[in-house]
Amino acid sequence: MAAGGRGWFRALALGVSFLKCLLIPAYYSTDFEVHRNWLAITHNLPLSQWYYEATSEWTLDYPPFFAWFEYVLSHIAKYFDPQMLVVENLNYTSRATVFFQRLSVIFTDTLFIYAVHECCRCINGKRAAKDILEKPTFILAVLLLWNFGLLIVDHIHFQYNGFLFGLMLLSVARLCQKRYLEGALLFAVLLHFKHIYVYVAPAYGIYLLRSYCFTANNADGSLKWRSFSFLHVTLLALIVCLVSALSLGPFLVLGQLPQVISRLFPFKRGLCHAYWAPNFWALYNAMDKALTILGLKCNFLDGTKIPKASMTGGLVQEFQHTVLPSVTPLATLICTFIAILPSVFCLWFKPQGPRGFLQCLVLCALSSFMFGWHVHEKAILLAILPLSLLSIQRAKDAGIYLILATTGHFSLFPLLFTTPELPIKILLMLLFTVYSFSSLKSLFRREKPLLNWLETIYLIQLVPLEIFCEIIFPLTSWKQHFPFVPLLLTSVYCALGITYAWLKLYISVLTERTPVRQKAE
Amino acid sequence: MEKWSLMTLTVLLALTVRWAVSLGSYSGAGKPPMYGDYEAQRHWQEITYNLPIRQWYFNTSDNNLLYWGLDYPPLTAYHSFVCAYIAKLINPDWVALHTSRGYESQPHKLFMRTTVFVADLLVYIPAVILYCFSLKETSAKKKVSSALCILLYPGLILIDHGHFQYNSVSLGLALWAVLCLSHDWDLLGSVAFCLALNYKQMELYHSLPFFCYLLGKCFKKGLKGKGLVLLAKLAGTVLVSFAACWLPFGTDVEQIMQVLRRLFPIDRGLFEDKVANIWCSLSVLIKIKNVISPRTQLKLSFAVTFLSLLPACIKLTVQPSLRGFKFALVSCALSFFLFSFQVHEKSILLVSVPVCLIINEIPFMATWFLLVSTFSLLPLLLKDELLLPYAVTTPAFLAVCLASFSILEKTSAEDLQLKAFSLSLKGYVSWVKSFPRIVRSLFLLSVALMGALSVLGAAAPPPQRLPDLFPLAVALVSCLHFLLFLLYFNVVMLWDSKSRGQRKIN
Repeated sequence: MAAGGRGWFRALALGVSFLKCLLIPAYYSTDFEVHRNWLAITHNLPLSQWYYEATSEWTLDYPPFFAWFEYVLSHIAKYFDPQMLVVENLNYTSRATVFFQRLSVIFTDTLFIYAVHECCRCINGKRAAKDILEKPTFILAVLLLWNFGLLIVDHIHFQYNGFLFGLMLLSVARLCQKRYLEGALLFAVLLHFKHIYVYVAPAYGIYLLRSYCFTANNADGSLKWRSFSFLHVTLLALIVCLVSALSLGPFLVLGQLPQVISRLFPFKRGLCHAYWAPNFWALYNAMDKALTILGLKCNFLDGTKIPKASMTGGLVQEFQHTVLPSVTPLATLICTFIAILPSVFCLWFKPQGPRGFLQCLVLCALSSFMFGWHVHEKAILLAILPLSLLSIQRAKDAGIYLILATTGHFSLFPLLFTTPELPIKILLMLLFTVYSFSSLKSLFRREKPLLNWLETIYLIQLVPLEIFCEIIFPLTSWKQHFPFVPLLLTSVYCALGITYAWLKLYISVLTERTPVRQKAE
Repeated sequence: MEKWSLMTLTVLLALTVRWAVSLGSYSGAGKPPMYGDYEAQRHWQEITYNLPIRQWYFNTSDNNLLYWGLDYPPLTAYHSFVCAYIAKLINPDWVALHTSRGYESQPHKLFMRTTVFVADLLVYIPAVILYCFSLKETSAKKKVSSALCILLYPGLILIDHGHFQYNSVSLGLALWAVLCLSHDWDLLGSVAFCLALNYKQMELYHSLPFFCYLLGKCFKKGLKGKGLVLLAKLAGTVLVSFAACWLPFGTDVEQIMQVLRRLFPIDRGLFEDKVANIWCSLSVLIKIKNVISPRTQLKLSFAVTFLSLLPACIKLTVQPSLRGFKFALVSCALSFFLFSFQVHEKSILLVSVPVCLIINEIPFMATWFLLVSTFSLLPLLLKDELLLPYAVTTPAFLAVCLASFSILEKTSAEDLQLKAFSLSLKGYVSWVKSFPRIVRSLFLLSVALMGALSVLGAAAPPPQRLPDLFPLAVALVSCLHFLLFLLYFNVVMLWDSKSRGQRKIN
């Protein structure tokens, strides 16, 4: 469609930016107030107060770089509306405030756009398609730039994931281009912007160790221990230490490090977020509920002893399981660790260059999503976005991508519960899903179908599920008594698909045949 | 990718943009006592639901015609009735007689927005899609990009889904009529056009090309044989469809006369507000409204309109062709807009939609026109607080046109369909060689001017002595553009290359 060259990329980026601007008047969640509060805190208070201030319930719980980022933003914000920078102005929203906050997300997304551009460059389009719409790089650019999840989480729900994912994709691109130090630096910086990315740190660590610190392999591909480079390790360590010192150093000097850490890792919060992210624990909780009901029906359980805490009530709270053993943070940590381990081993023993790294990255993200403590549903983007890079390279990964992206994005639906945004989210979801299916199908049209019949049926079932949850259910009388049923259904149903995609990806990675036969475990 | 999935994506994108625009403000939001078009539509629902059909157009104690009295033809009234019926099911307060005046709430806004959205989805969008698929001699990709450009045309989106009106229904019906005519289903086409006309009387702007094209077609078949049969059939169809639409009012003559009086309010004056037509622009120099009596104004505007229509209509009658028909739709509607009596700024949409139909033939000029037409709506949009959607959708539309037609490389005389014209001028003019460059610079200049005026109008307060300076500037600039466009469309139409031999007839 576009006039040759890179014109199409500009058109795609511009188009999605226009769309983002159109969404400015849309609904925003409490995260809007969270970020406004952080703007106010960083603008008015000295550094030593940042992690102590608690006027608002939305205290600063991101690492220092993000606080500095808000600090910089606040100096632009004062030209829009100085009132938003007053700490006591809780829930302050003026038109200028909304504009400023929305535009700040849209503008910082430039980094994301640049990162996507770099990713497209390192996926060299060997498959020279005559039609620009069937070029892998074009498809990748659309899948990343127009990603449904990012659009609704950042530009409707309100968060700053765009530029953070930009940092991550940029570091991935740098690693693919063998500019290891830059990649490491970017990732270290990213970690100090938002610590959730620590979930994928193992992939980075092992990959850098394996391909940067050891400079050569044996002829059979196994590790050549002699090629260990002290210089490279020192450089890496230097980068990590410097970045950490820059970020945490001031708080170390002030003696506030424990306070900062306690803000960053609030284990006081419950196992699951306000509504259950579609992971293993959602299935676990659902099983517990089902067993409870069954137990009450068959009189195995005493109804009076059961705590009446509803997990889906909308508040973050701790939850006692009734039948199954309750889960402690330590248990989730161990589960996550065990789940990540095989993928890391795989990366170490079956090095496949950037591809293997990406696979490991996705598996780390997915495994921690499956078993992590207090996982947000938004964290699924951490797996979907890197998997986009893999999906355009192999039909097998494309199939997994379609399942994961569709269910993962669907599980984000409850984030937008207001009626005016209902058409928007459905239309955007359809737009993205139709595109991803038709483009990947045409990209791999010479290979066997991307999805088998069972997977197809599973995905089609999402349509009646959505109709039931959003249209039929509110009309029934259950709405008063069981308001959480749609959320429960959504997260349990999506949990099935995500678990399936996780297992399928794991199996495909573990059983993948490499030139060198090495057992992973 | 397949044609169908591309088309699906196009439609989905168009719908997304429409709904995103509809999240914004609407005409007269929170502005008592008269509010705006949104309240007008809601009021019509109230009237049609609660009053017997014989009172709809009459001033009674329950129906104050001075407060947004019904002044659209019967189909609009029926549509309002259907909407009111649904509204009543959801919340009776929305259409309660008298008490619901000025009713505004978030759920009600959602309901009203949905009615426009559904009407658009059912009438306008399918017509556009089918039209683009039926385009001849174009690749599948070109069809999709035409559809994308047409569906993303900001003017219609902003007026229907922002300002709040149901233009997509009447324009969509007119599109269906064009679609039928291009498949030689003349009778079906005339039914569709009658429906359009009975939805909004402004569709009269399109009536002459329809009439001339069908008449010419009858002539071509021979007035003594098949042509006469066709003519009789067409006349019968038109009569029947009109009768069907007006059936409830046909009981007595006074009803019909009253509806007609409501539809054509002659006493409203030559023009309203600051509309980008010739009368408003001239009144900067001479206060026409004060100098000439209203009767003379009417006659004058009628005469000028008629004269400006004449060439295109004669040409179309003598040589009825589909291509000529589309161009005639554009130039006739534009003549009406520029010269006729009591024109609203929103009427430019009646020109824009036919221009959309020829966007694949003359992408450069069509894009230019569509940009100017959106720009001419700016004062209205500013009043409705729709600056943000305007500022987003207009550049986006330009970008889409640039990307899908690479319009800036198609500025030669041939691309503008001016080959025949320039050939006939050969020997007299020497600048033909640098023509593409000149046209391109003019386009860029005009876009820059519109951009600058938009920014000024939105940001800078007007000087104290001239509070209307900015809307007037917009009107003048747009009017100048429109005059040139009228000239251009007429030239293309009259110098149609297929008819070299017969050019002398005109």
